[in-house]
Amino acid sequence: MPAGGDASEPALQVEALSHRFGRRLALDSVSLTLRPGQFTVLLGQNGAGKTTLFSLVTRLYANQGGSIRVFGRELRRHPSEALSRIGAVFQQRTLDLDLSVAQNLLYHAALHGLPKRLARQRLGAELARIGLAERADDKARELSGGQLRRVEIARALLHRPRLLLCDEATVGLDIDSRRAILEHLRRLVAEESLALLWATHLVDEVVPGNRVVILHQGRVLADGELTALLAESGQADIGALFSALTRGAPAAAAAG
Amino acid sequence: MTGRPAPGALSAAHYLRCLKGIVGREALRFLHQRERFVAALVRPLVWLFIFAAGFRAVLGVSIMPPYDTYVLYEVYIVPGLVGMIQLFNGMQSSLSMVYDREMGSMRTLLLSPLPRWYLLTCKLLAGVAVSILQVAAFLAIAWLWDVRPPLWGYLTVLPALLLSGLMLGALGLLLSSFIRQLENFAGIMNFVIFPLFFASSALYPLWRIRETSPLLYHLCQLNPFTHAVELIRFGLYGRVEPTALAVVLGCAALFMALAVYGYDPARGMTARRGGPAG
Repeated sequence: MPAGGDASEPALQVEALSHRFGRRLALDSVSLTLRPGQFTVLLGQNGAGKTTLFSLVTRLYANQGGSIRVFGRELRRHPSEALSRIGAVFQQRTLDLDLSVAQNLLYHAALHGLPKRLARQRLGAELARIGLAERADDKARELSGGQLRRVEIARALLHRPRLLLCDEATVGLDIDSRRAILEHLRRLVAEESLALLWATHLVDEVVPGNRVVILHQGRVLADGELTALLAESGQADIGALFSALTRGAPAAAAAG
Repeated sequence: MTGRPAPGALSAAHYLRCLKGIVGREALRFLHQRERFVAALVRPLVWLFIFAAGFRAVLGVSIMPPYDTYVLYEVYIVPGLVGMIQLFNGMQSSLSMVYDREMGSMRTLLLSPLPRWYLLTCKLLAGVAVSILQVAAFLAIAWLWDVRPPLWGYLTVLPALLLSGLMLGALGLLLSSFIRQLENFAGIMNFVIFPLFFASSALYPLWRIRETSPLLYHLCQLNPFTHAVELIRFGLYGRVEPTALAVVLGCAALFMALAVYGYDPARGMTARRGGPAG
């Protein structure tokens, strides 16, 4: 198996990615590079194109223009090699509520072709890491919203991806659960040199040291480390920067 | 369509584990949904106990293959009802695909590195396995109702059930790739299930239909569901009906190919469907 964790190789390289739904341009020449060990926040309002970007990178549908590379593998030409390196947590909950936590995780492991013994071992370790080891045999229905999210993160990591994509993963959660999940992920990125793309519309999820990519109406308006972006623009905080940028954006870019 | 993985990247064991995982999940869900199982059984039983009893006197069935003697109407319609179970199950699986898509669990399925046609085939096989369980329960009750095909027939019907289940499941899969939302599903029931079922040899032998309407007779002959029922009927008596076999195989392959096309990320409906909200 070729190495996937080479620090010099970008985890995700999106170049000039465009996508239309009918006449609506959902993504307009988006370029973006993610490196291992980097926590990148993709900040944008609902409808900015975040979910479209995620759908293309996870190959729910194929990109119409531009290219997507995952650890150097072109997604269109080597989908299975690229997909095996991606873990994802989607906006909607995707756990089967009638099945137990362990059954849900084993199903995911099977989709990735993991042997059962290895899968059991990893699911034990991942559940322990999020503090839910003793809930393995409970039905998913019995868990709280925050716990379900953490299980989904554990599930996304079962096949040891090097690139993790989270689409509005804290939506609908209370402040404590949100903080716990973010802390867990920041730790993972730091300790395991994971590349993480964290899509959100909440400006308070960006902290100094994070790289932030601002997506608006399908276009990247800013891309850089938070403190540097603020210094450059002269704005006081990310909220002010976001409003300043999105107010000035040409409205004609993506009609509808 | 989907690109080929580098040699050694995905082994046969990967494929097999994935199949086991998908069939296992479907079986677990089936066990958790007892109402679905009961509904799947009650439907054909109502036909068998009530409809067939009522029509027994009206519709006599003469000697025709695969039957060696005159048979009661109940005996005649059992293969048709078995087909009905599989037809409903195929549509139900397609409903659950649409549901999965709306709920997002389709996304986790399609994240698997295995090729998409293979994932869909696994889904299909899982649905067929569930339908065979339902059919087994139905045949057991029919046996108590004195519909007793030869014992070996229960074995020889299995390949027929596998093929007809694949064909009907693939049809459901194909439809699911073209349905945008769950609400549109009621239309499928009316425009797919009912015509397929009634314009077939499930309830009446085709020669009787020919007596009334030659046009309808030809329509029934063109209906793939007729051939699925005949394949099951002959299978239940240890025989093979070559035309039915050929039609069912051909239709299964055709429907599956179209379904794979429908789910292809670059071409199918998934790409054309309106954009997501986020």
